[in-house]
Amino acid sequence: MRRVAIVGAGLAGLTAAQELRRLGYDGALVLVGAEPFRPYRRPPLSKEYLLTADDRHLTLADGDLDDLAATWLLGHAATGLDLPGRRVLRGTLPPVDFDGLVIATGAGARNLPDGGHLPGVMTLRSLDDARMLRARLADRPRVVIAGAGFLGSEIAATLRALDLPVTLVSPDPVPLHRPLGRQVGALVADLHRAHAVDLRLHRRVTAVTGDPTVRQVHLDDGTALPADLVVVAVGARPRVEWLRGSGLRLDDGVVVDGNGLAAPGVVAAGDVARWPQPALDGELLRVEHYSNAIDQGAHAARALLGYPGRFAPVPSFWGDLYGRKLRSVGLTGIRYDTHLVASEPGGRFLAEYHRDGGVVGAVTAGFTHSLAHYRDLIAKQMAAPVPAPTPFRAS
Amino acid sequence: MRIRVDMTRCQTHAQCVFAAPTVFTLDDNDELSYDAAPDDALRQAIEQAARACPERAIFLDGA
Ligand SMILES: Cc1cc2nc3c(=O)[nH]c(=O)nc-3n(C[C@H](O)[C@H](O)[C@H](O)COP(=O)(O)OP(=O)(O)OC[C@H]3O[C@@H](n4cnc5c(N)ncnc54)[C@H](O)[C@@H]3O)c2cc1C
Ligand code: SF4
Repeated sequence: MRRVAIVGAGLAGLTAAQELRRLGYDGALVLVGAEPFRPYRRPPLSKEYLLTADDRHLTLADGDLDDLAATWLLGHAATGLDLPGRRVLRGTLPPVDFDGLVIATGAGARNLPDGGHLPGVMTLRSLDDARMLRARLADRPRVVIAGAGFLGSEIAATLRALDLPVTLVSPDPVPLHRPLGRQVGALVADLHRAHAVDLRLHRRVTAVTGDPTVRQVHLDDGTALPADLVVVAVGARPRVEWLRGSGLRLDDGVVVDGNGLAAPGVVAAGDVARWPQPALDGELLRVEHYSNAIDQGAHAARALLGYPGRFAPVPSFWGDLYGRKLRSVGLTGIRYDTHLVASEPGGRFLAEYHRDGGVVGAVTAGFTHSLAHYRDLIAKQMAAPVPAPTPFRAS
Repeated sequence: MRIRVDMTRCQTHAQCVFAAPTVFTLDDNDELSYDAAPDDALRQAIEQAARACPERAIFLDGA
């Protein structure tokens, strides 16, 4: 392999590049990125950066990017993939030839179907988004946030730290319902209320109106909330538009096989990739978390160079809410049984997630030290060979 | 080998504890402590810890 192209200059793409070099790959390395920036850390965009606008939080690699000896083609998106010709297309710009390809285009924010394009309605995914959002905060807007997942909940907490009035709207019974389940979500709901967030659960945003900028957010019970700024945090979708018609299997992301390959010499990693998770009997999983982009980026690089090995990570994520550090390992969420192991008045808690009687995940605020134990437990289970399906015998 | 954790950056993600549990530990109050002069045999695990640290707080060999 002499020419590797990496499309998407984010965390997964950068990690793949670093791992390729670490493994001794000394051929050409081209990174194609839609944003005009070299890779940066996205998580602070809803946390420290939104609070302070301090760029230092965004630094991803301390000055060692030049050591990669890579060519950076930034500021222009890839527009297509010519798989038989082994070229990445870039509109009217010259295509990029490759013999190995890493797909790491991440995910983009979903918007509201109705009113999502009014001035004053924003999503938060990129540094440009965060700068625009920051610029609006100086006017001390009344903020409505649509969506109470990690992103919506974190933005609510950050804006409360800036003492802005915040209404948080979600169709679910509790915040973080899908990723953390009902019991833990209820703890998060208490946190929001304790910080004077106006929480509107079981409610959907039906429309956003105003002229020329947003004035009202309409809910499905007929309520009209006054608003100067609407932040839409209703989830993300994998950035696969440039791969349509390429012949790769696209199904809520780029689908890769157990070895991380989407096609011979083509790998995918990070928010855009969906892989068969051994711990879920090979069910396809796509994970939008920081540590997954690192694990999978490194795995993709190895797969590209032909090192064997299944991708069977123990996922883990974090979030910061009102000074509390939410930390997790393994598989969590509404589809597993939640066992609240500890819950203290100050907001410290520890919850386990069970599947078929075994622990598959845990989440905590304040008991992070116990996660190493859970991680070992879960890693052992995941490493356990998946029992072969019982052969069917007609008797 | 010598390592250093910038404690002003550390946000208790425990990724280092997962990667190299004999070098990094969290106490009952989730405070990080670590062995600043670990055995060279642990280098690979420590490099993995440095890579996984979401705050890029772990520095190897006087860097
Ligand atoms: C505000 C925010 C807060 C977050 N907080 C946390 C957190 O606390 N904890 C956590 O675990 N995770 C968090 N995440 C998620 C985490 O940042 C992502 O999982 C991670 O960034 C995924 O990395 P990636 O490289 O797969 O994708 P990305 O970081 O999205 O990088 C993909 C890159 O590809 C580019 N691209 C897209 N299409 C094209 C194209 N056609 N051609 C060229 N380039 C293209 C994009 O512009 C982008 O730069 C957060 C995300 C956001 C947005
Ligand atoms: S991984 Fe980094 S941030 Fe987390 S505990 Fe270790 S040093 Fe601190």
